Amino acid sequence: MRSAHPGEDALDTILQLVLNGLAVGCIYGLVALGFVLIYKATELVNFAQGDLLMLGAFTCYMFVVWYGVGYWVALALAVALVALFGAVLDATILRRVIGQPQFSVVMLTIGLGAIFRSFASIAWGSEIYTLPTPFSARATRVAGVAVSHEYVSIIVGTVALCAVLYAFFTFTRVGLAMQAASQNQLAAYYMGIPVKLMFSLIWAISAGVAAIAGVLLAPVSLIDINLGFIGLKAFAAAVLGGFGSIPGALVGGVTIGLIELFSGAYLPQGFKDVAAYVVLLVVLAVRPQGMFGAIVRKKV
Amino acid sequence: MADPLLTVTNLETYYGPIMAIRGISFVVPERSVVTILGANGAGKSTILKTVSGVMDPQKGTVTFAGREIQGMDPDRVTRLGISHVPEGREVFPFLSVRENLMMGAFTRRDAAGVGEDLELVYSYFPVLRSRAEQRAGSLSGGEQQMLAISRALMARPRMMLLDEPSLGLSPRLVKEIFEIIARINRERGVTVLLVEQNANMALHIADYGYVLEVGRIVMEDTCARLLEKEDIKEFYLGMKESGVRGTRRWKRKKTWR
Ligand SMILES: Nc1ncnc2c1ncn2[C@@H]1O[C@H](COP(=O)(O)OP(=O)(O)OP(=O)(O)O)[C@@H](O)[C@H]1O
Ligand SMILES: [Mg+2]
Repeated sequence: MRSAHPGEDALDTILQLVLNGLAVGCIYGLVALGFVLIYKATELVNFAQGDLLMLGAFTCYMFVVWYGVGYWVALALAVALVALFGAVLDATILRRVIGQPQFSVVMLTIGLGAIFRSFASIAWGSEIYTLPTPFSARATRVAGVAVSHEYVSIIVGTVALCAVLYAFFTFTRVGLAMQAASQNQLAAYYMGIPVKLMFSLIWAISAGVAAIAGVLLAPVSLIDINLGFIGLKAFAAAVLGGFGSIPGALVGGVTIGLIELFSGAYLPQGFKDVAAYVVLLVVLAVRPQGMFGAIVRKKV
Repeated sequence: MADPLLTVTNLETYYGPIMAIRGISFVVPERSVVTILGANGAGKSTILKTVSGVMDPQKGTVTFAGREIQGMDPDRVTRLGISHVPEGREVFPFLSVRENLMMGAFTRRDAAGVGEDLELVYSYFPVLRSRAEQRAGSLSGGEQQMLAISRALMARPRMMLLDEPSLGLSPRLVKEIFEIIARINRERGVTVLLVEQNANMALHIADYGYVLEVGRIVMEDTCARLLEKEDIKEFYLGMKESGVRGTRRWKRKKTWR
Protein backbone atom coordinates (compact mmCIF):
# COMPACT_ATOMS: atom_id res chain seq x y z
CA MET A 1 0.00 0.00 0.00
CA ARG A 2 1.22 3.48 -0.86
CA SER A 3 1.82 5.98 1.91
CA ALA A 4 -1.10 8.24 2.66
CA HIS A 5 1.12 11.29 2.24
CA PRO A 6 3.39 10.71 -0.73
CA GLY A 7 5.18 14.05 -0.20
CA GLU A 8 6.31 13.04 3.25
CA ASP A 9 8.74 10.39 2.06
CA ALA A 10 10.41 12.79 -0.30
CA LEU A 11 10.72 15.38 2.44
CA ASP A 12 12.12 12.78 4.78
CA THR A 13 14.73 11.81 2.20
CA ILE A 14 15.70 15.40 1.65
CA LEU A 15 16.09 16.09 5.36
CA GLN A 16 18.22 12.97 5.72
CA LEU A 17 20.37 14.08 2.83
CA VAL A 18 20.78 17.52 4.33
CA LEU A 19 21.78 16.08 7.69
CA ASN A 20 24.22 13.59 6.21
CA GLY A 21 25.57 16.11 3.72
CA LEU A 22 26.19 18.63 6.47
CA ALA A 23 27.96 16.00 8.55
CA VAL A 24 30.23 14.79 5.77
CA GLY A 25 30.80 18.40 4.80
CA CYS A 26 31.90 19.19 8.36
CA ILE A 27 34.59 16.53 8.07
CA TYR A 28 35.81 18.02 4.78
CA GLY A 29 35.67 21.43 6.41
CA LEU A 30 37.79 20.36 9.39
CA VAL A 31 40.45 18.81 7.20
CA ALA A 32 40.35 21.85 4.91
CA LEU A 33 40.81 24.08 7.95
CA GLY A 34 44.03 22.22 8.68
CA PHE A 35 45.25 22.83 5.12
CA VAL A 36 44.47 26.51 5.42
CA LEU A 37 46.05 27.04 8.85
CA ILE A 38 49.31 25.50 7.70
CA TYR A 39 49.25 27.27 4.38
CA LYS A 40 48.62 30.68 5.90
CA ALA A 41 51.47 30.25 8.34
CA THR A 42 54.15 28.59 6.24
CA GLU A 43 52.90 28.65 2.64
CA LEU A 44 53.26 24.88 2.59
CA VAL A 45 50.44 22.74 1.24
CA ASN A 46 50.26 19.63 3.35
CA PHE A 47 48.87 16.81 1.25
CA ALA A 48 49.29 14.42 4.18
CA GLN A 49 46.46 16.16 6.05
CA GLY A 50 43.99 13.39 5.21
CA ASP A 51 46.40 10.75 6.39
CA LEU A 52 46.68 12.51 9.74
CA LEU A 53 42.91 12.07 9.96
CA MET A 54 43.41 8.36 9.27
CA LEU A 55 46.07 8.13 11.99
CA GLY A 56 43.71 9.82 14.44
CA ALA A 57 40.92 7.34 13.72
CA PHE A 58 43.26 4.35 14.03
CA THR A 59 44.86 5.59 17.24
CA CYS A 60 41.47 6.09 18.86
CA TYR A 61 40.35 2.66 17.63
CA MET A 62 43.48 1.10 19.10
CA PHE A 63 42.87 2.59 22.53
CA VAL A 64 39.18 1.71 22.59
CA VAL A 65 39.24 -1.79 21.12
CA TRP A 66 42.70 -3.11 21.95
CA TYR A 67 43.23 -1.53 25.34
CA GLY A 68 39.65 -1.07 26.51
CA VAL A 69 40.08 2.63 27.20
CA GLY A 70 36.87 4.69 27.41
CA TYR A 71 35.82 6.54 24.25
CA TRP A 72 36.40 10.06 25.53
CA VAL A 73 39.79 9.29 27.02
CA ALA A 74 40.78 7.49 23.83
CA LEU A 75 39.67 10.51 21.81
CA ALA A 76 41.77 12.83 23.97
CA LEU A 77 44.79 10.52 23.74
CA ALA A 78 44.47 10.17 19.96
CA VAL A 79 44.21 13.93 19.46
CA ALA A 80 47.14 14.61 21.76
CA LEU A 81 49.35 12.01 20.09
CA VAL A 82 48.55 13.09 16.53
CA ALA A 83 48.96 16.76 17.47
CA LEU A 84 52.35 16.03 18.98
CA PHE A 85 53.24 14.08 15.87
CA GLY A 86 52.28 17.08 13.74
CA ALA A 87 54.53 19.38 15.76
CA VAL A 88 57.42 16.93 15.49
CA LEU A 89 56.91 16.61 11.73
CA ASP A 90 57.17 20.37 11.44
CA ALA A 91 60.21 20.69 13.65
CA THR A 92 62.15 17.84 12.06
CA ILE A 93 61.17 17.70 8.40
CA LEU A 94 58.90 20.40 7.04
CA ARG A 95 60.72 23.39 8.48
CA ARG A 96 63.65 22.49 6.23
CA VAL A 97 61.68 22.75 3.02
CA ILE A 98 60.14 26.16 3.65
CA GLY A 99 61.12 28.32 0.73
CA GLN A 100 61.86 25.37 -1.55
CA PRO A 101 59.83 25.13 -4.75
CA GLN A 102 56.18 24.36 -4.00
CA PHE A 103 56.46 21.27 -6.19
CA SER A 104 59.03 19.56 -4.00
CA VAL A 105 56.99 20.34 -0.92
CA VAL A 106 53.91 18.79 -2.51
CA MET A 107 55.87 15.68 -3.43
CA LEU A 108 57.29 15.50 0.07
CA THR A 109 53.91 15.65 1.78
CA ILE A 110 52.40 13.17 -0.67
CA GLY A 111 55.29 10.87 0.14
CA LEU A 112 54.77 11.36 3.86
CA GLY A 113 51.11 10.42 3.40
CA ALA A 114 52.16 7.17 1.73
CA ILE A 115 54.56 6.46 4.58
CA PHE A 116 51.79 7.03 7.13
CA ARG A 117 49.52 4.61 5.29
CA SER A 118 52.10 1.88 5.21
CA PHE A 119 52.93 2.55 8.85
CA ALA A 120 49.21 2.15 9.63
CA SER A 121 48.98 -1.13 7.78
CA ILE A 122 52.01 -2.45 9.65
CA ALA A 123 50.82 -1.26 13.04
CA TRP A 124 47.12 -1.98 12.77
CA GLY A 125 46.76 -4.27 9.77
CA SER A 126 45.00 -3.61 6.51
CA GLU A 127 41.58 -4.89 7.58
CA ILE A 128 38.55 -2.68 7.91
CA TYR A 129 37.49 -1.76 11.43
CA THR A 130 34.45 -0.29 13.12
CA LEU A 131 34.96 2.07 16.01
CA PRO A 132 32.28 1.62 18.67
CA THR A 133 31.23 5.01 20.02
CA PRO A 134 28.50 6.32 22.33
CA PHE A 135 26.73 7.53 19.18
CA SER A 136 26.88 4.32 17.17
CA ALA A 137 23.67 3.03 15.62
CA ARG A 138 21.39 5.22 17.67
CA ALA A 139 18.76 7.57 16.40
CA THR A 140 16.08 9.87 17.71
CA ARG A 141 12.89 10.62 15.82
CA VAL A 142 12.46 14.33 15.45
CA ALA A 143 9.19 15.38 13.78
CA GLY A 144 8.97 12.03 12.09
CA VAL A 145 12.54 12.06 10.76
CA ALA A 146 15.00 9.55 12.14
CA VAL A 147 18.00 11.60 13.21
CA SER A 148 21.10 9.48 13.59
CA HIS A 149 23.29 10.38 16.54
CA GLU A 150 26.44 9.63 14.61
CA TYR A 151 25.73 12.40 12.11
CA VAL A 152 24.55 14.81 14.74
CA SER A 153 27.71 14.17 16.77
CA ILE A 154 29.82 15.17 13.78
CA ILE A 155 27.96 18.44 13.33
CA VAL A 156 27.88 19.31 17.01
CA GLY A 157 31.51 18.33 17.41
CA THR A 158 32.54 20.52 14.47
CA VAL A 159 30.60 23.53 15.68
CA ALA A 160 32.02 23.19 19.19
CA LEU A 161 35.55 22.75 17.88
CA CYS A 162 35.27 25.79 15.63
CA ALA A 163 33.99 27.87 18.56
CA VAL A 164 36.95 26.80 20.67
CA LEU A 165 39.43 27.51 17.89
CA TYR A 166 37.85 30.86 17.18
CA ALA A 167 38.08 31.87 20.84
CA PHE A 168 41.66 30.64 21.03
CA PHE A 169 42.85 32.55 17.97
CA THR A 170 40.97 35.73 18.85
CA PHE A 171 41.27 36.08 22.59
CA THR A 172 44.47 34.41 23.76
CA ARG A 173 47.95 35.85 23.63
CA VAL A 174 49.41 32.77 21.98
CA GLY A 175 46.54 32.53 19.50
CA LEU A 176 47.07 36.12 18.45
CA ALA A 177 50.80 35.53 18.21
CA MET A 178 50.13 32.61 15.83
CA GLN A 179 48.02 34.89 13.66
CA ALA A 180 50.72 37.54 13.81
CA ALA A 181 53.44 35.06 12.82
CA SER A 182 51.26 33.90 9.91
CA GLN A 183 50.64 37.45 8.69
CA ASN A 184 54.13 38.85 8.94
CA GLN A 185 56.85 36.49 10.02
CA LEU A 186 59.61 39.09 10.14
CA ALA A 187 57.59 41.51 12.26
CA ALA A 188 56.68 38.65 14.58
CA TYR A 189 60.40 38.04 15.11
CA TYR A 190 60.84 41.73 15.90
CA MET A 191 58.14 41.44 18.57
CA GLY A 192 60.05 38.66 20.28
CA ILE A 193 57.50 36.04 19.23
CA PRO A 194 59.18 32.62 18.93
CA VAL A 195 58.03 32.13 15.34
CA LYS A 196 59.32 28.59 14.88
CA LEU A 197 57.49 27.44 18.01
CA MET A 198 54.32 29.14 16.77
CA PHE A 199 54.55 27.28 13.47
CA SER A 200 55.02 23.97 15.28
CA LEU A 201 51.94 24.78 17.36
CA ILE A 202 49.98 25.52 14.20
CA TRP A 203 51.01 22.12 12.86
CA ALA A 204 49.95 20.55 16.14
CA ILE A 205 46.54 22.22 15.95
CA SER A 206 46.04 21.25 12.31
CA ALA A 207 47.00 17.65 13.01
CA GLY A 208 44.86 17.56 16.16
CA VAL A 209 41.86 18.89 14.26
CA ALA A 210 42.40 16.23 11.58
CA ALA A 211 42.52 13.58 14.30
CA ILE A 212 39.24 14.81 15.78
CA ALA A 213 37.71 14.73 12.31
CA GLY A 214 38.93 11.15 11.94
CA VAL A 215 37.37 10.05 15.20
CA LEU A 216 34.11 11.84 14.40
CA LEU A 217 34.04 10.26 10.97
CA ALA A 218 34.84 6.74 12.19
CA PRO A 219 31.30 5.68 13.18
CA VAL A 220 29.79 6.62 9.81
CA SER A 221 32.62 5.40 7.67
CA LEU A 222 34.73 2.38 8.34
CA ILE A 223 38.35 2.73 9.38
CA ASP A 224 40.94 1.53 6.94
CA ILE A 225 44.29 2.78 5.76
CA ASN A 226 42.71 4.59 2.82
CA LEU A 227 40.47 6.73 4.97
CA GLY A 228 42.88 9.59 4.33
CA PHE A 229 41.92 9.91 0.68
CA ILE A 230 39.08 12.04 1.94
CA GLY A 231 41.81 14.67 2.11
CA LEU A 232 41.54 15.18 -1.66
CA LYS A 233 37.95 16.33 -1.35
CA ALA A 234 38.88 18.46 1.63
CA PHE A 235 41.55 20.03 -0.54
CA ALA A 236 38.88 20.83 -3.10
CA ALA A 237 36.87 22.36 -0.25
CA ALA A 238 39.79 24.54 0.77
CA VAL A 239 40.29 25.74 -2.80
CA LEU A 240 36.57 26.34 -3.16
CA GLY A 241 36.63 28.50 -0.04
CA GLY A 242 39.55 30.54 -1.30
CA PHE A 243 42.53 28.68 0.22
CA GLY A 244 43.55 31.08 2.90
CA SER A 245 40.15 31.78 4.37
CA ILE A 246 39.17 29.73 7.42
CA PRO A 247 35.42 30.40 7.19
CA GLY A 248 35.83 29.69 3.49
CA ALA A 249 37.30 26.25 4.23
CA LEU A 250 34.33 25.35 6.43
CA VAL A 251 31.73 26.67 4.01
CA GLY A 252 33.57 25.01 1.13
CA GLY A 253 33.54 21.71 3.03
CA VAL A 254 29.83 21.86 3.79
CA THR A 255 29.06 22.87 0.19
CA ILE A 256 30.94 19.91 -1.18
CA GLY A 257 29.38 17.54 1.37
CA LEU A 258 25.84 18.60 0.45
CA ILE A 259 26.44 18.53 -3.28
CA GLU A 260 27.99 15.11 -3.03
CA LEU A 261 25.10 13.53 -1.17
CA PHE A 262 22.41 15.15 -3.28
CA SER A 263 24.08 14.23 -6.55
CA GLY A 264 24.50 10.70 -5.21
CA ALA A 265 20.77 10.51 -4.57
CA TYR A 266 19.36 12.26 -7.62
CA LEU A 267 21.90 11.99 -10.39
CA PRO A 268 22.94 8.87 -12.30
CA GLN A 269 25.53 6.61 -10.75
CA GLY A 270 29.07 7.92 -10.84
CA PHE A 271 28.23 11.58 -10.47
CA LYS A 272 28.63 11.48 -6.70
CA ASP A 273 32.39 11.25 -6.81
CA VAL A 274 33.00 13.90 -9.41
CA ALA A 275 30.29 16.35 -8.38
CA ALA A 276 32.62 18.11 -5.95
CA TYR A 277 35.21 18.72 -8.64
CA VAL A 278 32.65 19.89 -11.17
CA VAL A 279 31.43 22.49 -8.70
CA LEU A 280 35.00 23.46 -7.97
CA LEU A 281 35.65 24.00 -11.68
CA VAL A 282 32.54 26.11 -12.08
CA VAL A 283 33.27 28.27 -9.04
CA LEU A 284 36.89 28.79 -10.04
CA ALA A 285 35.83 29.75 -13.55
CA VAL A 286 33.46 32.39 -12.22
CA ARG A 287 35.46 33.53 -9.19
CA PRO A 288 39.09 32.46 -9.50
CA GLN A 289 39.93 33.55 -5.97
CA GLY A 290 37.38 31.10 -4.53
CA MET A 291 34.20 31.90 -2.66
CA PHE A 292 35.88 33.69 0.22
CA GLY A 293 39.28 34.45 -1.28
CA ALA A 294 40.62 37.90 -0.69
CA ILE A 295 42.03 39.83 -3.61
CA VAL A 296 44.69 41.35 -1.39
CA ARG A 297 47.67 39.07 -1.04
CA LYS A 298 49.37 38.69 2.27
CA LYS A 299 52.74 40.25 2.80
CA VAL A 300 55.45 37.63 2.88
CA MET B 1 81.75 58.17 31.07
CA ALA B 2 80.17 54.81 31.79
CA ASP B 3 80.27 51.99 29.25
CA PRO B 4 77.98 52.66 26.30
CA LEU B 5 74.73 50.69 26.19
CA LEU B 6 75.49 49.39 22.69
CA THR B 7 78.95 48.84 21.26
CA VAL B 8 79.45 47.57 17.74
CA THR B 9 82.97 46.61 16.68
CA ASN B 10 84.32 45.70 13.25
CA LEU B 11 80.98 44.41 12.05
CA GLU B 12 80.85 42.67 8.65
CA THR B 13 77.54 41.44 7.25
CA TYR B 14 76.92 39.78 3.90
CA TYR B 15 73.96 39.05 1.66
CA GLY B 16 75.31 35.86 0.14
CA PRO B 17 78.53 36.97 -1.55
CA ILE B 18 77.66 40.67 -1.29
CA MET B 19 79.35 42.44 1.57
CA ALA B 20 76.83 45.01 2.75
CA ILE B 21 78.61 46.11 5.93
CA ARG B 22 82.37 46.46 5.64
CA GLY B 23 83.81 46.58 9.12
CA ILE B 24 81.81 49.08 11.07
CA SER B 25 82.29 50.28 14.65
CA PHE B 26 80.13 52.67 16.63
CA VAL B 27 78.79 53.20 20.13
CA VAL B 28 75.44 54.28 21.52
CA PRO B 29 75.65 55.67 25.08
CA GLU B 30 72.77 54.97 27.45
CA ARG B 31 69.86 57.46 27.18
CA SER B 32 71.33 59.12 24.10
CA VAL B 33 69.98 59.46 20.57
CA VAL B 34 72.49 58.38 17.94
CA THR B 35 71.81 58.64 14.24
CA ILE B 36 73.31 56.89 11.24
CA LEU B 37 72.91 58.83 8.00
CA GLY B 38 73.42 57.43 4.56
CA ALA B 39 72.01 57.32 1.08
CA ASN B 40 70.03 54.44 -0.42
CA GLY B 41 71.88 51.17 -0.23
CA ALA B 42 74.52 52.47 2.16
CA GLY B 43 73.76 49.61 4.55
CA LYS B 44 71.73 51.36 7.24
CA SER B 45 68.97 48.78 7.46
CA THR B 46 71.53 46.00 7.40
CA ILE B 47 73.22 47.43 10.49
CA LEU B 48 69.94 47.52 12.39
CA LYS B 49 69.02 44.01 11.27
CA THR B 50 72.38 42.73 12.45
CA VAL B 51 71.98 44.41 15.83
CA SER B 52 68.49 43.01 16.36
CA GLY B 53 69.53 39.52 15.30
CA VAL B 54 67.52 39.18 12.09
CA MET B 55 70.85 38.86 10.26
CA ASP B 56 74.03 37.24 11.52
CA PRO B 57 77.33 39.03 10.99
CA GLN B 58 80.32 37.22 9.48
CA LYS B 59 82.70 39.08 11.73
CA GLY B 60 82.68 41.53 14.59
CA THR B 61 80.81 41.89 17.84
CA VAL B 62 77.65 43.57 19.06
CA THR B 63 77.67 44.21 22.80
CA PHE B 64 74.47 45.27 24.51
CA ALA B 65 74.50 46.11 28.22
CA GLY B 66 77.76 44.26 28.65
CA ARG B 67 76.62 41.15 26.80
CA GLU B 68 77.63 39.90 23.36
CA ILE B 69 74.47 39.48 21.29
CA GLN B 70 75.70 39.02 17.71
CA GLY B 71 74.14 35.99 16.06
CA MET B 72 71.48 35.66 18.76
CA ASP B 73 67.90 34.87 17.68
CA PRO B 74 65.81 38.04 17.32
CA ASP B 75 63.23 37.02 19.90
CA ARG B 76 65.99 36.70 22.50
CA VAL B 77 67.42 40.08 21.57
CA THR B 78 63.97 41.61 22.00
CA ARG B 79 63.70 40.04 25.43
CA LEU B 80 67.00 41.65 26.38
CA GLY B 81 65.45 45.08 25.74
CA ILE B 82 66.02 46.05 22.10
CA SER B 83 62.95 46.94 20.04
CA HIS B 84 63.31 47.26 16.29
CA VAL B 85 60.94 49.45 14.27
CA PRO B 86 61.63 48.09 10.80
CA GLU B 87 61.76 49.99 7.56
CA GLY B 88 58.31 50.00 5.97
CA ARG B 89 56.37 49.61 9.24
CA GLU B 90 55.62 45.88 8.91
CA VAL B 91 52.40 45.92 10.89
CA PHE B 92 50.22 42.81 11.18
CA PRO B 93 47.66 43.79 8.54
CA PHE B 94 44.74 41.62 9.62
CA LEU B 95 45.04 42.26 13.35
CA SER B 96 43.41 45.28 14.92
CA VAL B 97 45.46 48.24 16.07
CA ARG B 98 45.04 47.18 19.68
CA GLU B 99 46.02 43.60 18.90
CA ASN B 100 49.12 44.86 17.11
CA LEU B 101 50.04 46.82 20.21
CA MET B 102 49.48 43.78 22.40
CA MET B 103 51.83 41.81 20.16
CA GLY B 104 54.44 44.43 20.90
CA ALA B 105 54.08 43.46 24.55
CA PHE B 106 54.32 39.74 23.74
CA THR B 107 57.42 39.17 25.84
CA ARG B 108 55.92 40.85 28.93
CA ARG B 109 54.00 39.25 31.76
CA ASP B 110 53.07 42.31 33.83
CA ALA B 111 49.49 42.97 32.73
CA ALA B 112 49.25 46.15 34.79
CA GLY B 113 52.39 47.63 33.23
CA VAL B 114 51.17 46.68 29.75
CA GLY B 115 47.89 48.48 30.44
CA GLU B 116 49.79 51.61 31.53
CA ASP B 117 51.94 51.53 28.43
CA LEU B 118 48.88 51.13 26.23
CA GLU B 119 47.55 54.36 27.73
CA LEU B 120 50.95 55.95 27.26
CA VAL B 121 51.16 55.20 23.53
CA TYR B 122 47.55 56.32 23.08
CA SER B 123 48.53 59.60 24.71
CA TYR B 124 51.47 59.95 22.32
CA PHE B 125 49.32 59.10 19.29
CA PRO B 126 45.63 59.75 20.08
CA VAL B 127 44.63 58.70 16.56
CA LEU B 128 45.54 55.13 17.47
CA ARG B 129 43.01 55.12 20.27
CA SER B 130 40.23 56.12 17.92
CA ARG B 131 41.33 53.43 15.45
CA ALA B 132 41.89 50.78 18.14
CA GLU B 133 39.51 48.19 16.69
CA GLN B 134 40.34 48.87 13.05
CA ARG B 135 42.50 46.47 11.06
CA ALA B 136 46.06 47.76 10.92
CA GLY B 137 46.23 47.10 7.18
CA SER B 138 43.55 49.73 6.62
CA LEU B 139 45.49 52.53 8.32
CA SER B 140 47.21 55.24 6.34
CA GLY B 141 50.98 55.07 5.95
CA GLY B 142 51.53 57.70 8.63
CA GLU B 143 49.19 55.96 11.04
CA GLN B 144 50.96 52.69 10.39
CA GLN B 145 54.27 54.35 11.24
CA MET B 146 52.79 55.62 14.50
CA LEU B 147 51.55 52.11 15.17
CA ALA B 148 54.95 50.58 14.43
CA ILE B 149 56.68 52.96 16.85
CA SER B 150 54.01 52.43 19.49
CA ARG B 151 54.15 48.68 19.08
CA ALA B 152 57.89 48.71 19.70
CA LEU B 153 57.36 50.92 22.72
CA MET B 154 54.93 48.37 24.15
CA ALA B 155 57.87 46.08 24.88
CA ARG B 156 59.12 48.75 27.31
CA PRO B 157 62.54 48.57 25.66
CA ARG B 158 65.81 49.98 26.94
CA MET B 159 66.76 50.76 23.39
CA MET B 160 64.83 51.39 20.18
CA LEU B 161 66.16 50.89 16.67
CA LEU B 162 64.27 53.13 14.26
CA ASP B 163 64.64 52.52 10.54
CA GLU B 164 63.67 55.59 8.51
CA PRO B 165 60.58 56.56 10.49
CA SER B 166 60.08 59.58 8.23
CA LEU B 167 59.84 57.57 5.01
CA GLY B 168 56.87 58.59 2.92
CA LEU B 169 55.34 60.95 5.47
CA SER B 170 54.22 64.53 5.02
CA PRO B 171 56.59 67.18 6.44
CA ARG B 172 54.14 67.96 9.23
CA LEU B 173 53.83 64.33 10.24
CA VAL B 174 57.60 63.90 10.08
CA LYS B 175 57.98 66.74 12.54
CA GLU B 176 55.31 65.27 14.82
CA ILE B 177 56.92 61.82 14.79
CA PHE B 178 60.36 63.21 15.53
CA GLU B 179 58.97 65.21 18.43
CA ILE B 180 57.48 62.04 19.88
CA ILE B 181 60.79 60.20 19.41
CA ALA B 182 62.54 62.98 21.32
CA ARG B 183 59.92 62.76 24.06
CA ILE B 184 60.23 58.99 24.32
CA ASN B 185 63.96 59.47 24.79
CA ARG B 186 63.60 62.28 27.29
CA GLU B 187 60.61 61.10 29.31
CA ARG B 188 61.06 57.35 29.20
CA GLY B 189 64.84 57.29 29.14
CA VAL B 190 64.82 55.04 26.07
CA THR B 191 68.11 54.98 24.17
CA VAL B 192 67.54 55.52 20.46
CA LEU B 193 69.51 54.42 17.40
CA LEU B 194 67.98 56.23 14.46
CA VAL B 195 68.70 55.50 10.83
CA GLU B 196 67.62 58.23 8.44
CA GLN B 197 67.88 59.86 5.06
CA ASN B 198 66.12 62.91 6.41
CA ALA B 199 69.37 64.30 7.83
CA ASN B 200 67.93 67.63 8.83
CA MET B 201 65.42 66.11 11.24
CA ALA B 202 67.76 63.40 12.45
CA LEU B 203 70.62 65.78 13.21
CA HIS B 204 68.32 68.07 15.14
CA ILE B 205 67.08 65.43 17.56
CA ALA B 206 70.19 63.26 17.83
CA ASP B 207 73.24 63.86 20.03
CA TYR B 208 75.78 62.10 17.89
CA GLY B 209 75.87 61.10 14.25
CA TYR B 210 77.67 58.71 11.94
CA VAL B 211 77.73 59.01 8.16
CA LEU B 212 77.65 55.76 6.25
CA GLU B 213 78.75 55.27 2.66
CA VAL B 214 78.65 51.95 0.85
CA GLY B 215 79.05 49.91 4.01
CA ARG B 216 81.68 52.09 5.70
CA ILE B 217 81.53 54.90 8.21
CA VAL B 218 83.13 57.90 6.59
CA MET B 219 82.46 60.57 9.19
CA GLU B 220 81.32 60.89 12.78
CA ASP B 221 80.81 63.76 15.16
CA THR B 222 78.36 65.43 17.46
CA CYS B 223 75.28 66.47 15.57
CA ALA B 224 75.89 70.13 16.33
CA ARG B 225 79.23 69.93 14.53
CA LEU B 226 77.94 67.71 11.72
CA LEU B 227 75.33 70.34 10.99
CA GLU B 228 78.15 72.81 10.35
CA LYS B 229 80.14 70.62 7.95
CA GLU B 230 80.16 71.64 4.31
CA ASP B 231 79.75 68.08 3.00
CA ILE B 232 76.75 67.43 5.21
CA LYS B 233 75.18 70.73 4.28
CA GLU B 234 75.63 70.03 0.63
CA PHE B 235 74.73 66.36 0.38
CA TYR B 236 72.22 65.85 3.16
CA LEU B 237 70.71 69.20 3.99
CA GLY B 238 70.95 71.20 0.80
CA MET B 239 68.92 69.00 -1.41
CA LYS B 240 65.25 68.68 -0.74
CA GLU B 241 64.51 66.37 -3.68
CA SER B 242 65.72 62.95 -2.67
CA GLY B 243 66.00 61.80 -6.29
CA VAL B 244 68.79 64.25 -7.05
CA ARG B 245 70.70 63.41 -3.91
CA GLY B 246 71.88 60.02 -5.09
CA THR B 247 73.36 61.19 -8.36
CA ARG B 248 74.99 64.31 -7.00
CA ARG B 249 76.61 62.37 -4.20
CA TRP B 250 78.85 60.47 -6.54
CA LYS B 251 80.52 63.59 -7.96
CA ARG B 252 81.89 64.77 -4.67
CA LYS B 253 82.05 61.64 -2.66
CA LYS B 254 85.85 61.48 -2.58
CA THR B 255 86.08 64.54 -0.36
CA TRP B 256 85.14 62.35 2.59
CA ARG B 257 87.86 59.85 2.17
N1 LIG C 1 68.09 40.78 0.54
C1 LIG C 1 69.19 41.27 -0.05
N2 LIG C 1 69.91 40.51 -0.90
C2 LIG C 1 71.03 41.00 -1.50
N3 LIG C 1 71.51 42.22 -1.30
C3 LIG C 1 70.82 43.04 -0.45
C4 LIG C 1 69.65 42.60 0.20
N4 LIG C 1 69.20 43.61 0.98
C5 LIG C 1 70.07 44.62 0.80
N5 LIG C 1 71.05 44.28 -0.05
C6 LIG C 1 72.18 45.13 -0.46
O1 LIG C 1 72.88 45.53 0.68
C7 LIG C 1 73.23 46.88 0.61
C8 LIG C 1 72.74 47.62 1.84
O2 LIG C 1 71.32 47.51 1.92
P1 LIG C 1 70.48 48.22 3.05
O3 LIG C 1 69.08 47.75 2.92
O4 LIG C 1 71.14 48.02 4.35
O5 LIG C 1 70.57 49.74 2.62
P2 LIG C 1 69.92 51.02 3.30
O6 LIG C 1 71.03 51.90 3.69
O7 LIG C 1 68.98 50.64 4.35
O8 LIG C 1 69.16 51.65 2.08
P3 LIG C 1 67.75 52.42 2.03
O9 LIG C 1 67.99 53.81 2.45
O10 LIG C 1 67.38 52.37 0.59
O11 LIG C 1 66.81 51.66 2.91
C9 LIG C 1 72.62 47.40 -0.69
O12 LIG C 1 73.66 47.47 -1.62
C10 LIG C 1 71.63 46.37 -1.09
O13 LIG C 1 71.58 46.26 -2.49
MG1 LIG D 1 67.02 50.73 4.60
